[in-house]
Amino acid sequence: MSDLKKIRDEFISKLKGKIDLAELNQIKLDLFGKNGLVSSQFKKIGTIDVSERKKFASDLNIIKDELQDLINFKINEIQKANINEKLEKEKIDVTLPERSFVRGKIHPVSQTIDEISSIFSEIGFSVEEGPDVENEYNNFTALNTPDNHPARDMHDTFYLDDKKERLLRTHTSPVQIRTMLKDKPPFKIIAPGRTYRSDSDQTHSPMFHQVEGLHIDKNINMGHLKGCLNYFIKEFFEVKKIKMRFRPSHFPFTEPSAEVDIGYEIKDGKIVIGEGDQWLEILGCGMVHPNVLKNVKVDPTKFQGYAFGIGIDRLAMLKYGINDLRAFFDCDYRWLNHFGFDPLDVPTNYRGLSR
Amino acid sequence: MKITFDWLKDHLKTNLKEKNLLEKLTNIGLEVESVESLSSDNQLFKVAKIIKIEKHPNADRLKVCDVNIGEKELKKVVCGATNANEGLITIYAPPGATIPKTNTKLEIVKIRGVTSYGMLCSESELNLSDESDGITELSKKYEKNIGKSYFSKSKSNIIDLSITPNRPDCLGVKGIARDLAASGFGRLIVSKEKQIKLKTKQTLKVKINKEKGQGCSAFGSCLIKNVKNNESPQWLKDKLISVGQKPISAIVDVTNYVMLDINRPLHAYDADKIEKGIIVRNSKSGEEFTALDNKIYKLEKGMCVISDNKGVLGLGGIIGGTRTATEFDTKNILLESAYFDPRSIRNTAKKLNLDTDAKFRFERGIDPLSIETGLKKAASLIQEICGGEVSKIDIQKIESYKTKTINFDVNSFENIVGFKISEKEMKRILTDLGFIIKKEKNFLKLKVPSWRPDISQQIDIIEELVRISGYDKIKTLDPIKERSKSTLTKTQRLFHFLQRAIASKGYLETITWSFTDQSYNDHFRETNKEVKIVNPISSELGVLRNSIFSNLIMYMSKNLDRGFKDLSIFEIGPVFTGSNPGEQKIVVCGLSAGKKSRLSWIDKERNIDLFDAKRDVVQTLNEAGYNSDQFFIDSKTPNYYHPGKSGRIFLDHSKDKVAACFGEIHPNILKKIDIKTDNLIGFEIFLENLKLPRQTFKDQKLKFSVSDFQKSERDFAFVVNKDVEAQELISVISNVNPNLISNIKVFDVYEGGNIPDNQKSIAISITIQSSEKTLNDKDLEKINNSIIEAVENKTGAKIRS
Repeated sequence: MSDLKKIRDEFISKLKGKIDLAELNQIKLDLFGKNGLVSSQFKKIGTIDVSERKKFASDLNIIKDELQDLINFKINEIQKANINEKLEKEKIDVTLPERSFVRGKIHPVSQTIDEISSIFSEIGFSVEEGPDVENEYNNFTALNTPDNHPARDMHDTFYLDDKKERLLRTHTSPVQIRTMLKDKPPFKIIAPGRTYRSDSDQTHSPMFHQVEGLHIDKNINMGHLKGCLNYFIKEFFEVKKIKMRFRPSHFPFTEPSAEVDIGYEIKDGKIVIGEGDQWLEILGCGMVHPNVLKNVKVDPTKFQGYAFGIGIDRLAMLKYGINDLRAFFDCDYRWLNHFGFDPLDVPTNYRGLSR
Repeated sequence: MKITFDWLKDHLKTNLKEKNLLEKLTNIGLEVESVESLSSDNQLFKVAKIIKIEKHPNADRLKVCDVNIGEKELKKVVCGATNANEGLITIYAPPGATIPKTNTKLEIVKIRGVTSYGMLCSESELNLSDESDGITELSKKYEKNIGKSYFSKSKSNIIDLSITPNRPDCLGVKGIARDLAASGFGRLIVSKEKQIKLKTKQTLKVKINKEKGQGCSAFGSCLIKNVKNNESPQWLKDKLISVGQKPISAIVDVTNYVMLDINRPLHAYDADKIEKGIIVRNSKSGEEFTALDNKIYKLEKGMCVISDNKGVLGLGGIIGGTRTATEFDTKNILLESAYFDPRSIRNTAKKLNLDTDAKFRFERGIDPLSIETGLKKAASLIQEICGGEVSKIDIQKIESYKTKTINFDVNSFENIVGFKISEKEMKRILTDLGFIIKKEKNFLKLKVPSWRPDISQQIDIIEELVRISGYDKIKTLDPIKERSKSTLTKTQRLFHFLQRAIASKGYLETITWSFTDQSYNDHFRETNKEVKIVNPISSELGVLRNSIFSNLIMYMSKNLDRGFKDLSIFEIGPVFTGSNPGEQKIVVCGLSAGKKSRLSWIDKERNIDLFDAKRDVVQTLNEAGYNSDQFFIDSKTPNYYHPGKSGRIFLDHSKDKVAACFGEIHPNILKKIDIKTDNLIGFEIFLENLKLPRQTFKDQKLKFSVSDFQKSERDFAFVVNKDVEAQELISVISNVNPNLISNIKVFDVYEGGNIPDNQKSIAISITIQSSEKTLNDKDLEKINNSIIEAVENKTGAKIRS
């Protein structure tokens, strides 16, 4: 008995003293190693008299547990101290700047096109496209604007040949013609895209963007046109109420034709859409002219409907307070960064068009 | 078209106010563009005479004028006009007056050290005409008006209307009044024509040649003999000035007045200067004449000219000539009132680049039945002002006007417009607009007024009715939220995906013009056809772009000049391969300059390089659904890339179409365009060359299989000839057993040292994993050996021991 007690007392006192990890490991080895003091005692169990064996084994286990617990406790303590010491050394100035990152942006015109598509998608329009280079027929003649029509003067056209047969489309309306020639009614499409006029000054750019709308079916009348545009303008400007005025006008490819003004006021130097008693012209529209329908082999006695054309750049300017049209195409890094949108901000109906 | 409310009241009886008028005009489609107030300020502009001129002591081009403005003292005015001469009668604006054109208020100012009291005005500054060359020149007859106000006391504002090209009738005040009356704004006054005695015969013979393409179908005329051409009476001058026209002489003023009043252009000839008679004919090639704008026009064959025995007198319906122009001493005049074909007018004016008031009206279509009315109205006024005897009216015609008729189904109105008006109301509106109506069983038979060339079918009638009834009556029918077809096609979805995928990698999206500078374009054109614009806005924008790079580089350069160094921009849009519709394709083009990372406390500095661009392209394609493991790369890039540092990407080994290119822009191009960077990396993704992914998300996601068996990683180092591409090694390894081998990565490329000169070492790591069992050492050894054997056999490589 005294053997065990001796071992215990000796090592407990050692362990309670100040020791480091190496000493601790040595103690562990001395006690529990292959020939350690405790291990050897276990080997002895078989040789002990049966009457004392039970007690011996029990005492030995108690001592073993006591010593082991103490060793584990000590190891933990030392490790903790070591980590704390290390952490103390590893402290870093976290206010130093992060690794650099760059943000790409989506051009406001692209963002606006996505917004427009999202709005019209909700009421069943699909997106069509047409080529930038058009023939004279699709751009003018098929749209009821024959060669001698003074309305052609309003389109300062870029031509690609001397015969004036190939040109850069002056509006997105030729997409109407292409769409209707390709398919059978009903038609319900929008066609955003690039358009061109040889006009360049403060408020005109030789290239700009339009979105065309076309809805042809049985019994589509001017009331539907009004409703569609009213819905669009409200959604686009994200306002509850909009003041809108339809005014008679003239386009060769629609009849009756209208220009649409929206109400606005200037508040603190900024345009506020939907209120006030000033009028701003934003689009042209009308009922598709029977001559146009005949040109694309649609029977005007059976089908009718409306078309509209809206300047996309202008919409973007109004919504996002951009003053200068020409800046859209100037690629100034600072401008793109300021007016551009994060690529993750995809306009959708459920999430909302914009932040 | 400029009008005043006062002038309108000649034709319209109304008690309503100008505010209501403006609203009504816009509501019936006669859009009010602007209202210029002719305030009391106008009284400040005085008729004045330059008495003495001295050279400005400090400026060569300026003169110091002593001007008589009807006061005791002469005013000193500094003036730069070349036509400012002693004795000239002109218009003077005192300090305090506001110049109509510029809206600036004059002050007493020192101009190069000489004090100027007011200003002498050009016609353009007073909005009298576009003439801005020199100051206004008034005739001697104004001598007695010196010191008096040039403008009359009329309080009426000038209302400028934007008349759409389908409404020539509204280019006359009367036509506007008619529309207003139909819309309930007052009542149209039916003017009584003054009866004048037409005794003598029109003795000048007029002949319209019957020839192909004859642009004149009717020519009415009368002679007025023994007139005394004069200054117009005040009422007439006031009237013209009130709408911004400059009075010239009674005869010219009367013809202008009739034109503005009822849209009937007329022309007055000095009858004594006409040789024998008038012949209306097609011009011969090379004929010349001097027009009233003092320019000589050389004519092409087939233009409609008014001529006499000696030659061309004028271009019918466009502009008269100087040879037979009326002067103050003109005694006998021939007054012309004709009908010219709009198409002929348009063609001629376009060819000669001529734009006149008459041309503007004739090309839109003049009332063919107004020939006689116009002649009578003008002749009686001329007689009243200038005296003389008026001859009988002579009208030569080669074609007669036929009244158009339309059968109008009254039900069609609601069908198109969506609301109803009574048949009674329809008849009232149409009658007010000048239609003659006959009720038939199922429709109204309408005779279209001769002044409405725009009306030829039922839809035109519907437009008239809804326009006059008011667009505010159209109901708003809310759209139904229903979709039967997907909004975007797969290609369109891919377009938007690529656009945002590239932007998300740090590129700023730009939109540049579809045209570009030819010299820039040539760098990127390769063998593509150059597509020239016949009438470019400037020579720097003369061709359609064959590549987006030309514009991106131009704007990149501008941004570098602004001081930005590290920049990535891109554009997605069309490039052109020909001048036919459809000869274009969509390209996503990106361009980066500068450094990927600048020196910082944490990272090393590194130039952006082609592997950055390659990563952006491959990652984007990968995100868009293309498996980058199957990509095939070669280096046969277009010649605007650095030949050794650029590549092409194909979606797979069939090398069907080039999906994308990436690499450094050719150093020669950088040198030529003198851009402030030595490091320009670009890429192009060709949308049309990307096969649309066949599998939808639904198909793709359905299959999900992964292996949980143990995987092992193995590294190999091969020594190969330098011209062997890493891609080849990867391909060989992957083909050894695609089911077991994955994740093949090149982790080192090494040349020099103990590697022979013409060789390099490529170190590759791979992952080996089976989906069926845990591979044991023997299995792995076998695969190892197969890999080494395959690579050595197929690429000539040697495993590095």
